[in-house]
Amino acid sequence: MSSTATPASPENTDASASGSDDSSDRELQNAVIRFAGNSQDGIQSIGAFLAKLAGRSAREVMTYMTIPSTIAGGPSIFQVHLGSGEVLSPGDEADFLFAFYQHSYDDHLNSLKDGGICIYDTDHVEEVKKDERGILHVGLPITSITVEAIGGSARDRGKNIMVLGLVAQIFQLSREKLSTLIEKQFGRKGEGVFRNAMLAFDAGYAYAVGDLLSGDFDLKEGTGAKEGKMTTDGNTALTYGLLAGGVRYGAGYPITPWSSIMELLRSELPKYGGLFVQAEDELAAVSLAMGMSFAGHLAITGSSGPGLSLKMEALSYATMAELPLIIVNVQRGGPSTGLPTSVEQSDLMQAIYGSHGDSPRIVIAPRNVEDCFYVAVEACELAKKYSCPVIILTDQALATRIEAFKEPDLDSIVVEVKPDLSERPADWSPYPIDGATVHAPPGSPMAGGKYPVVTGLEHDEWGHPSGSPEVHSKMNARRREKIKKVADNIPLPKVCGEESGDTLIIGWGSTWGPIREATLRAQEKGLSVSSIHIRHVHPLANGLETIFDNFKDIVVVEMNDEGLYGNGQLATLLRARYCNPNIRSVCKTDGLNFKIKEILAGIDAGATATS
Amino acid sequence: MSAIVEAPEPKKLTKKMLTADHPTWCPGCGDFAVLAAFFKVLEKLQIPHEKICTIAGIGCSSRFPYFVNGHGIHYIHGRALPLASGVSLSRPDLHVFAFGGDGDGYSIGGNHLDHAARKNVNLTYVVMDNFVYGLTKKQTSPTSPVGYKSKTDPMGAVDQPINPMTKLVNGGATFVARTHATQVKHMMEVFQRAIEHPGFSVVEVLSECIIFYPGAFDEGNPRKGGEFNLIEEKQWDDTPEDEARHDVTNKSDAYAIACEEFPGRFGVFLEHDRPTKNQLEQRWIDSSMEKVGDATPKDLIAQRFEGMK
Repeated sequence: MSSTATPASPENTDASASGSDDSSDRELQNAVIRFAGNSQDGIQSIGAFLAKLAGRSAREVMTYMTIPSTIAGGPSIFQVHLGSGEVLSPGDEADFLFAFYQHSYDDHLNSLKDGGICIYDTDHVEEVKKDERGILHVGLPITSITVEAIGGSARDRGKNIMVLGLVAQIFQLSREKLSTLIEKQFGRKGEGVFRNAMLAFDAGYAYAVGDLLSGDFDLKEGTGAKEGKMTTDGNTALTYGLLAGGVRYGAGYPITPWSSIMELLRSELPKYGGLFVQAEDELAAVSLAMGMSFAGHLAITGSSGPGLSLKMEALSYATMAELPLIIVNVQRGGPSTGLPTSVEQSDLMQAIYGSHGDSPRIVIAPRNVEDCFYVAVEACELAKKYSCPVIILTDQALATRIEAFKEPDLDSIVVEVKPDLSERPADWSPYPIDGATVHAPPGSPMAGGKYPVVTGLEHDEWGHPSGSPEVHSKMNARRREKIKKVADNIPLPKVCGEESGDTLIIGWGSTWGPIREATLRAQEKGLSVSSIHIRHVHPLANGLETIFDNFKDIVVVEMNDEGLYGNGQLATLLRARYCNPNIRSVCKTDGLNFKIKEILAGIDAGATATS
Repeated sequence: MSAIVEAPEPKKLTKKMLTADHPTWCPGCGDFAVLAAFFKVLEKLQIPHEKICTIAGIGCSSRFPYFVNGHGIHYIHGRALPLASGVSLSRPDLHVFAFGGDGDGYSIGGNHLDHAARKNVNLTYVVMDNFVYGLTKKQTSPTSPVGYKSKTDPMGAVDQPINPMTKLVNGGATFVARTHATQVKHMMEVFQRAIEHPGFSVVEVLSECIIFYPGAFDEGNPRKGGEFNLIEEKQWDDTPEDEARHDVTNKSDAYAIACEEFPGRFGVFLEHDRPTKNQLEQRWIDSSMEKVGDATPKDLIAQRFEGMK
């Protein structure tokens, strides 16, 4: 089985390089399992169960799914990367493929590694290529077994749970733990539903597939801390990060893949005494949130690419008026409607520069599901501290995939933010030239009797509109310097690997995992490769050039297009900022996460070019 | 605004306290009278000074917040209502007023007007309609009549104008009135009722742009030879003449009045109670918080995390 990245990862220094493919006693460190079916088959729930189980067994897990952008139905996959070692990517190639239909088989056989195992439903898959790439084919009447187990009335519903039972048996996963999870999921729907689910599960669990596979796939429980990890997707983690950071009000408009954040906030916020409003459009959404911010709350709005474009005018206002506002952008494939359910990192420039005028703001990007939580918390702190818009740039892959991670220490994180309605002194000014803006929300008495008007017109320190050339230059500088100051508190990213060498890989956002794994693999091969991850994309940390100076080839890996001048969006920024000709791009826009081999090939190409 | 009478302020609210910068409007602009009427009503209602919140988008009339000494925000073009909704829905203690013109409210912000109306957000919106774009110097507005010659319609406007009154009645606003900037006493009466109405209340004010559309509203001004015809509201006094009077809770009758030929009638078209979005959301918040009991935000998040294990 594939052993991805484990040997060099700090957590698993003594891990063996795992059994070779022809070993019959297979002790797994990591396994990549792909389920391919239709979206109504509930294959996502197999993945969700496995992910939760992994979290409970101190295993690492990362999932990856595609859902059709059609209304209902259509081919869908769910891939689970389980491991007792460090899991950094959804996996380049699958060790196992479960194919529910002929089209699933035809479309996904090539995702299997050489010598991988394909389990297919003989009730639906008729043509198989038995002699391809040493792949072991195992045909099972998945549909018939399920129907037989549950009874005719369920038709083929439940075959996802049957397959879960099969997986549990093959990988020797705990039946007890899984049945607890199934009960948790189905128990509330009634005794009958739970019973049927367990019938389907046991039909799979008891099926004598072990003989067919003639091997023992024992996916080891992790050796790490035994306390349970939590498993969730990036959008959920981000939402609870916002709640922990003090967000109590917000507004949004539905768009994939942002919607699940707004749905969760809509149902959660009333419990916190807050409110999330569904607006009539993106412009109203950002304006409602702006109104909530003006009213003294920490407010949030969000969207995906096209919706972020619609909010741009208002975001420029937030910079000008110096109101705190958090904006989540869940990137998807663009331009325009593009690929609504695929991943891309092509909104970076839009996030940083998308508004009219000189309107600096903060942009930060989470690296994995766990980081979605912490980035949201940080966004809350930054918005309050600097009284400005803060964009969280996450993406479709993070939004929907499930990972297991340690529960955050809520005691040290959760804060309450209330409007400050204290009386403002007579000499109070909304935009002090030498001080930070601290907005006085309506309801605050003004000791001097003069009340402020928050404005998008250029204004002096008292908020009075002013077209004076001197004032405009001074206030532009004030807004710019404020954001520059943010950089003073951004730590330099840690270098993964040696501090100097041949190649430095740079990434931002969800490419963190694949880049780290590629770096570790390259190091294993003896190559001089290091990498850094840029979490704060605007402003950039001070002193990045001191890292860059120690490398000959600096490769920025991004899921966006190389553009007219041959560089991706972050690469373009870094080249402009640091004037370092060694910075180059490895870009792609196929709507999929970077594969490790794609990154390695990208480094190689540069090494060849420079040698 | 539901509770107008609040704890007595130490200082009585006066017009002087409310006066800020001298308006930048052209001398003779109808908006001056709107501002003066607004001050008088605030003075009469004695709303706590710091609870007054004026909100506007972009346009001549949208400069309004600068001229009121109270908490205010001058926002972007067309989005005053969603911003005001955000303030109203998150701060029930405030008195939220939105101001704007026909371009801001009926053109670029037209969609928001329908939605603020259907949601019945608790705030008061005053539209100073002058039938022309004034700040950008004489382009056709959504209420410019057919044939009006502007810089964008040198041969005369060809598009059928919006009828704000039918739009408002149809949109679901729970208080809809129309007045004329030259009729200050009427304007004050209507403003007061709008402010006291719980829910989304809108007052359309015909406010003349004396530079780009002089004489636009003379037909509704007796001093210029026009007629200021009022809507007679039902007194519910069982008299025969009450039969003919307008029932302000009747939407189809209001719609019929809204369809009358210009200059039409002035007064309250519609005034009826329907739960506000503020109330409906608060109901949900209250029941959610009751279920949650003593749990702190930290407890709530921890509970959710427990379910993710």
